[in-house]
Amino acid sequence: METNKTLANESRLVDENKGLKNKIISIITRWEGMLALIIIGMVIVFSNITPYFLDYFNLMNATFTFMEKAILALPMIFVILSGDIDISVAAIIALSSFAMGFGSSLGLGTAEIIIIGILVGGLAGAFNGLFIIKFGIPPIAVTLASLSLFRGISQAILEDQAFTEYPESFSYFGQGYIKGTLIPFELVFFLILAAGFAYVLHKTTYGRKLYAIGNSSTAARFSGVPVDRIRFTNFVLNGLFAGVVAVLLTSRIGSTRPNIAQGWELEAITLVVLGGVSITGGKGNIVGVILSIFLIGYLKFGMGLINMSAKVMIITTGFLLILAVLLPVMMDAIKKGNKLRFQRKT
Amino acid sequence: MNSIKELLKKREITLILLVIILTAAVNMRAPGFVAGENISRIINDTSILIMVAIGQFFVILTGGIDLSVGSIIAFSGMSASMINQYNPSMPVIYVLLIGTVVGLLLGSINGLLVAFGKVPPIIATLGTMSIYRGFTFVLSKGQWVTAHEMTESYMNLPKGNFLGMSNLIWSALLISALMIYFSRYTRSGREIYAIGGNKTAARFVGVSEKKVNMIIFSISGALCGIAGVMWTSRYAAAVNETATGFELMTVAACVLGGVNIAGGAGAIPGVIVGALFLGIINNALPVVNFSPFYQMLIQGVIVLSAMFINTMMDKRKEKQLLNRRSL
Repeated sequence: METNKTLANESRLVDENKGLKNKIISIITRWEGMLALIIIGMVIVFSNITPYFLDYFNLMNATFTFMEKAILALPMIFVILSGDIDISVAAIIALSSFAMGFGSSLGLGTAEIIIIGILVGGLAGAFNGLFIIKFGIPPIAVTLASLSLFRGISQAILEDQAFTEYPESFSYFGQGYIKGTLIPFELVFFLILAAGFAYVLHKTTYGRKLYAIGNSSTAARFSGVPVDRIRFTNFVLNGLFAGVVAVLLTSRIGSTRPNIAQGWELEAITLVVLGGVSITGGKGNIVGVILSIFLIGYLKFGMGLINMSAKVMIITTGFLLILAVLLPVMMDAIKKGNKLRFQRKT
Repeated sequence: MNSIKELLKKREITLILLVIILTAAVNMRAPGFVAGENISRIINDTSILIMVAIGQFFVILTGGIDLSVGSIIAFSGMSASMINQYNPSMPVIYVLLIGTVVGLLLGSINGLLVAFGKVPPIIATLGTMSIYRGFTFVLSKGQWVTAHEMTESYMNLPKGNFLGMSNLIWSALLISALMIYFSRYTRSGREIYAIGGNKTAARFVGVSEKKVNMIIFSISGALCGIAGVMWTSRYAAAVNETATGFELMTVAACVLGGVNIAGGAGAIPGVIVGALFLGIINNALPVVNFSPFYQMLIQGVIVLSAMFINTMMDKRKEKQLLNRRSL
């Protein structure tokens, strides 16, 4: 009896050890775990190369360069999660920045300019949604065309000119700090928004419905999910927040040119996909995306510190985007291969 | 009467009529638009678009999209120009060949990613779009290859005359004919249509999706390679921003030509007429006193309306079919 008991205890101990080991392995091999590990590795490497990397002031100020793209990525999670794509967001920024510059040149105040910027963004998003959901044209085609329409409007009217006159109080949103600290307003604003999006995505039925649509829109429809309405809302949200980003960006650089935010759609999509959201929809969470935002942001900051050219960074972004999609496929294939080998053995 | 109605239903015929009306209208505003020299310039300008749009057509036919065409044009054009710059004695035909092979290689990388990496075409080509563009800068170190660094024979490559037409037009014609033959009468060509029409059904009858993906992206890349050489030699400059935004133009030509953006339907003659339509509009803008800054806006409007009309026509057809069935 006694020996039996100790044996059982021992085996439980072994099991627990195994459990802990498995737990660690499963955390590390999870997408977010890997991202966190990469971030730690990056911090170690950069802080060894240059003393300017791990500096509170630098780390805070560096967020100015990627918080706008980060905010762009939040609603993009919804769009990609439900199996759609929107490559017109950067052009929406150009359009709504143009509208704000126009409003400002007419002598409107800060509050009015901001409202105009966000509204124009929302309208542009609704325009996309109309073509995609009402007329049933694939989102990639619609947003590829509307991209040239939105930026085209700004280009046709501005030509090679720029709006540079903005009210003084307008500059706070993109350049200001929280009073008495070194924390940029944009960073705090992003964190609040991220919390909001996390709540909607993971704690409300709206979020659950997004996953349902992404996994199978037909099945979702049969279960009574208002698929069309939700997809439309996603595109409007995407436009609205592109408008918000336009406010921040215009306020930060203080001018509007037709080529503002060129190529940002690529970066926003990269952030989302690298964050572990499946490009075909239905899989992913917000933690991964937030990690990937800080990973790419600080990676570029570090590369800038050690004098890498902007072109190398563009190449890196492209590589990361493809790798982010390629890696899970390869990992799945390896796992499947292992399983097959295991089955053959037994 | 009925036969005319039947004819009008054909996409290409309607488009050709539209092109003629458009040209006539522009000619009314600005006489001389239809003069021989101007027309040949327009067709010359459009020849490059036609080649690349045919490549894009095959990709769209399978339900994919190739966003990297502009960057492949830039990279292969840059590498061909630099080869010409540093080896002026090399025969131009070899330079053209090398440019084509470079394009083919870049395209087949896209194909590998899509076929074997299972990366969706939009993501794969969105990524390679910036990678190839970045490498163009790396290759050129940010420098341009300008006219006085190119050899005379390189710059004459697209201009050379044969039976009254330039080499550029001849190559577009030749490629179009080859590709029409390929898409209609070869096994691989029909397999591309099959994959676009219904992937599952195509797989069940033994069509290899991997092979088709490799073929379409390689064709698209190779055509971009030729286009890159032609582009840099025609404009006598290889810059890093060559053909930025050209992917939209090629998609526009396809959509205008009646290619279903979701895959499975469309034909090359339509794409060619679609490209000509765009070429005439782009050339007509300055003639009728529109600033060239309007080009992007007008392109967007045209593509959106074309897609809108396409879907509306499809829906009507569907309804008619349903009505007939209920009888």
